[in-house]
Amino acid sequence: MPAAESVPPAIELRHIDKRFGTVHANRDVSMSIARGSITGIVGENGAGKSTLMSILYGFYEADSGEILVNGESAAIRNPHDALLLGIGMVHQHFVLIDPFTVLENVMLGAEGGMLLRRGKASARQELARLEREYGLGVDPDAAVGMLPVGAQQRVEILKALYRGAGILILDEPTGVLTPQETDQLFRILKTLRDRGATVILISHKLREIMAVTDAVYVMRGGAVVAHRRTEETNAGELAELMVGRKVRLEIDKAPARPGAERLVVDDVTLRDARGVTVLDHVSFRARGGEIVGVAGISGNGQSELLEVLAGIRPVEAGRIVVDGVEISRSRPRDPAGMRDLGVAHIPEDRHRLGLVVSFEATESALLGYQHDEAYTGPVLQRHDAINRQCAVLMDEFDVRPRQPFMRSDNFSGGNQQKLIVARELARAPKVLLVGQPTRGVDIGAIEFIHRQLVEHRDAGCAVLLVSVELDEIMALADRILVMCNGRIVGDVARSDADERMLGLMMADARIVDGTAATVRPV
Amino acid sequence: MKSFARSRAPLPRWADVALIPVANVVLALFAAGLIVLIIGENPLKAVRIIVAGALGDSEGIGYTLYYATNYIFTGLAVAVAFHAGLFNIGGEGQAYLGGLGVGLVLLAFDRVLPLAALIPLAVVAAALFGAAWAFIPAYLQAYRGSHIVITTIMFNFLASALMVYLMVNVMIAPHQMSPESRELLPNAWLPQIKPMLAAMGITVARSPLNLSFLLAVLSCVGVWAYLWHTPWGYELRTVGQSERAAVYAGVKLGRVIVAAMLVSGALAGFVGVNEIMGVHHRLLLNFNLGYGFTGIAVALMGRNHPIGVVLASLLFGILSQGGAELAFEIPAITPEMIVVIQGLIILFSGALANFSRPLFERAFAMSARA
Amino acid sequence: MEDAYLVALLTLSATIRVSTPLILGAMAGLFSERSGIVDIGLEGKMLAAAFAAAAASAVTHVAVIGLVAGIAASVVLALIHGYASITQRGNQVVSGVAINILVAGLTVVLGIAWFHQGGETPPLPPDGRFVPVALPFQHALESVPVLGPIYAHLIGGHNLLVYVALATVPLTHWIVNATRFGLRLRAVGENPQAVDTAGISVAWLRYRAVILCGVLTGIAGTYLSIAQNANFVRNMSAGQGFIALAALIFGKWRAWPTLGACLLFGFLDAVAIRLQGVSVPGIGEVPVQLIQALPYGLTVILLAGFIGKAVAPRASGIPYVKEH
Repeated sequence: MPAAESVPPAIELRHIDKRFGTVHANRDVSMSIARGSITGIVGENGAGKSTLMSILYGFYEADSGEILVNGESAAIRNPHDALLLGIGMVHQHFVLIDPFTVLENVMLGAEGGMLLRRGKASARQELARLEREYGLGVDPDAAVGMLPVGAQQRVEILKALYRGAGILILDEPTGVLTPQETDQLFRILKTLRDRGATVILISHKLREIMAVTDAVYVMRGGAVVAHRRTEETNAGELAELMVGRKVRLEIDKAPARPGAERLVVDDVTLRDARGVTVLDHVSFRARGGEIVGVAGISGNGQSELLEVLAGIRPVEAGRIVVDGVEISRSRPRDPAGMRDLGVAHIPEDRHRLGLVVSFEATESALLGYQHDEAYTGPVLQRHDAINRQCAVLMDEFDVRPRQPFMRSDNFSGGNQQKLIVARELARAPKVLLVGQPTRGVDIGAIEFIHRQLVEHRDAGCAVLLVSVELDEIMALADRILVMCNGRIVGDVARSDADERMLGLMMADARIVDGTAATVRPV
Repeated sequence: MKSFARSRAPLPRWADVALIPVANVVLALFAAGLIVLIIGENPLKAVRIIVAGALGDSEGIGYTLYYATNYIFTGLAVAVAFHAGLFNIGGEGQAYLGGLGVGLVLLAFDRVLPLAALIPLAVVAAALFGAAWAFIPAYLQAYRGSHIVITTIMFNFLASALMVYLMVNVMIAPHQMSPESRELLPNAWLPQIKPMLAAMGITVARSPLNLSFLLAVLSCVGVWAYLWHTPWGYELRTVGQSERAAVYAGVKLGRVIVAAMLVSGALAGFVGVNEIMGVHHRLLLNFNLGYGFTGIAVALMGRNHPIGVVLASLLFGILSQGGAELAFEIPAITPEMIVVIQGLIILFSGALANFSRPLFERAFAMSARA
Repeated sequence: MEDAYLVALLTLSATIRVSTPLILGAMAGLFSERSGIVDIGLEGKMLAAAFAAAAASAVTHVAVIGLVAGIAASVVLALIHGYASITQRGNQVVSGVAINILVAGLTVVLGIAWFHQGGETPPLPPDGRFVPVALPFQHALESVPVLGPIYAHLIGGHNLLVYVALATVPLTHWIVNATRFGLRLRAVGENPQAVDTAGISVAWLRYRAVILCGVLTGIAGTYLSIAQNANFVRNMSAGQGFIALAALIFGKWRAWPTLGACLLFGFLDAVAIRLQGVSVPGIGEVPVQLIQALPYGLTVILLAGFIGKAVAPRASGIPYVKEH
């Protein structure tokens, strides 16, 4: 595949294997990345791409396998070793020092001597050169914290180039960029390649992969599943390879009988602390008796959507209406207030939100309901009622072991999740917010939880199911919303959707208008 | 770099709760023993004198329990704050202010009210004043993000300045040289334990031990009930363990932080009931010295649980009383040795708490395989 | 008129002498805190250094040996704090508090055991101390109007350590802002992950900061016992370590503003005694305790955000754990 066989590949990975406890993050991964190319590595969350690149950059060491850099075997034990070999990394979450200037950020680690003055002068010259040659222009004296995100990313790239990196790894670089900034980035990457640098681009955005790479590796479940030349493939094929053909979880369920509108989300927009828009004029409705699935690759606003609906984040712009009660900037409600309205929340992060890991199971089973009059008198809690309720929940949902006084983090993931689900469903909520309900959960528990969600739907609850597992959405949802870049890019009935279409929408490759069910090319 | 193949086992619960804390104390005492050796004395002899002085006769026991009373108050104060994830170093100042409250109330009413009315008044005053002194640092941490450690340290110094000013300029009894108020009337004196036991036919020697010991015991029960048997205690502990889970559970963070510190300050304030109403029977300076900081050691050693606090308080009571005896018998080892032990215990139970953990984990792993 | 001028000068001169331990302590804290290690133990290190310096000087009658001993004691404690905070990733506040308490007791225990004088060390002869240094022609120039007294009393008439303390301010500023070490120091206090990614050891950087802190508190403590005074007395640091911390926060962790805060607090202290019994129009007698309390009160007001924002280095107090 590479053009000249005599030039060794910039990076060669041979049989890289890495486990973290029971998680097999990289399975026998072998890759060959040609020098002077832009190679993409695509895959869903948890596919193993980030772990692989962390090994390449020296944050971790592989359990077994070999790394060759420019044809020579290399031992990379820390980022220092990687930098010496000419490998530079642009992280997904920038590691910049906000109060420092661009110049200072770039120089850190390569100051060129004990006194800064000389180093600063030569750094300025080098930055000017990099700007001329690659089009990477940033004001060296600007405070990095004040720069727009696109400029900050250029600083990250400059850092790597300043250290003489010939091999550049970019981890999900376009997640925080506007389309214009993305185009600018791609121009820079192409210039780098044309001048002999090697670029490795980790992404799940297929449109971009197709636009800028020369070759693509697809990873799934920790292993490499495909290697293509970009010109010989297309987004659809990549989407299929990424998502894969998994065992379809069939659920026996009656068709939905949606009733009254329970949840209205009206033009909700949210910006994070940096000013990046994480929710972009989101609007949709959910009725009692239906499961609305929210599909999308992690990091496209789904988490923030759940947080806003649960009351954890305040509504800044737009409004939410739950059973006729409005929640907006001028009428805020915290999670306790949302619970009062009949909203229950099974959070995505069960370890940090759903439970308190050091609490006993009975205490975790009380989380959110501690002021309920069943569980507390005017002063003292009613421990008998609390413990009884926990036992009931554990029985109904088959949480094992049946030890209400065991520490919450001693339960397996599946049993923790069942306990949380039991707790939230116990009050027959009107609106149920569910995030990644079956992440890290065994098959038996998955089936059980799914059945419970359907039962509550049939009892009239409006269920909003956020999941990165397309199978789960396809099996449970009556209606499917797809989120990408903080926007709802698709709103289709389950009967009109298929995996391929959803995969493309998730990967920002196609937009489908739900009402008209026509396909519009991007 | 990172190896996940190291042979270690997570520790069983009993080791976590009992073994490691005991090991930390042993390390601290061992280091203290080394210091005793350095100054040329025999550590084992010192230990014998300490134990005999503290527990050998009823006078010693009385003093030991009197010291333990104050340590229980400040230990509970630090423990409650810790459960909310807050480090209350302001015990010294809160105890001082609590005493001020007791003194003011008693000086105002000892001529008109009987003891039975003065006791609850004094207790409430101690709690209110102690809590008030904790309020500003608490509010600033909860709503303006000011680091509570720095503000409580500052408030300790402010308490000192305030008390000196008040005692020298306002409260000083007429014709008095030292900055003390007039003596309280006998009906404002908290009953001693000695006459109470004598009424039951038990003879004990004189000591400062008084009814505030009962208040200490009641405080333990109260704190236990508050933390583990009320919804507010539940919310407080949730905030301390996981702020995010607390928000998820609808807890109002600011209110809980302030409430925790108010309770903490009130508990520290109870030292004033012991010192002013039970021992000195007048308002004076420096009755609070050292109790606030020892409270930190007691809370850390006792793992922030009332039972642990009581045990640790007894240990420090023994050290305080035994230490006084030790200074008597071996002049070379001064009472400040106890302060050294305090510091070592805080170091090993607090900052170096996990020093011994890897050793134990490996020991457990090895014995599991054997 | 002459008198008032002289009194003002002498007060300023006293201010400088009183501020010296504050300046050294604050600069010490600056290095530690800018690297992300919270140091509540400045007080304890100062006290330990004061004792060690006085003890060594009492035995050898050589002031410089006292200085070395003071610095050594302080650095040992700094390394303990560093070990607990950096390697053991323990609670940095608890470690600082522990050191303060430990030192408070240990200095008295050792003092009584070694010198049998109730916790004090024996009074030192002049060669065991740092005595005021006479600048060239100081006496001759003293009678020159206006400038003479300034030269004699304000600029001159201090001991060596005072000049050292004043010199540490521009030196600290220079190290932190113009050297490679300073750049990395500031970086590790803001975002240790950025430093780690750049291939620099976070732990070694922080240890160096902590050692520097120990050296400076060592000089501060030494000043207390063998320069400002002639022996060690129990608890002689008297909270100055905490005032130094307050000054550092007041100065927003920058060298020159912190110097200003130290001088301000020193001025308040120098003036407190003079103001005792003096009536201020409209308020009446100013209680000396109010003036003594001012540094603490001002710090609280600053922390509450009422006199501008005091933003600590972002990684302050957070043990660094590599997270990927």
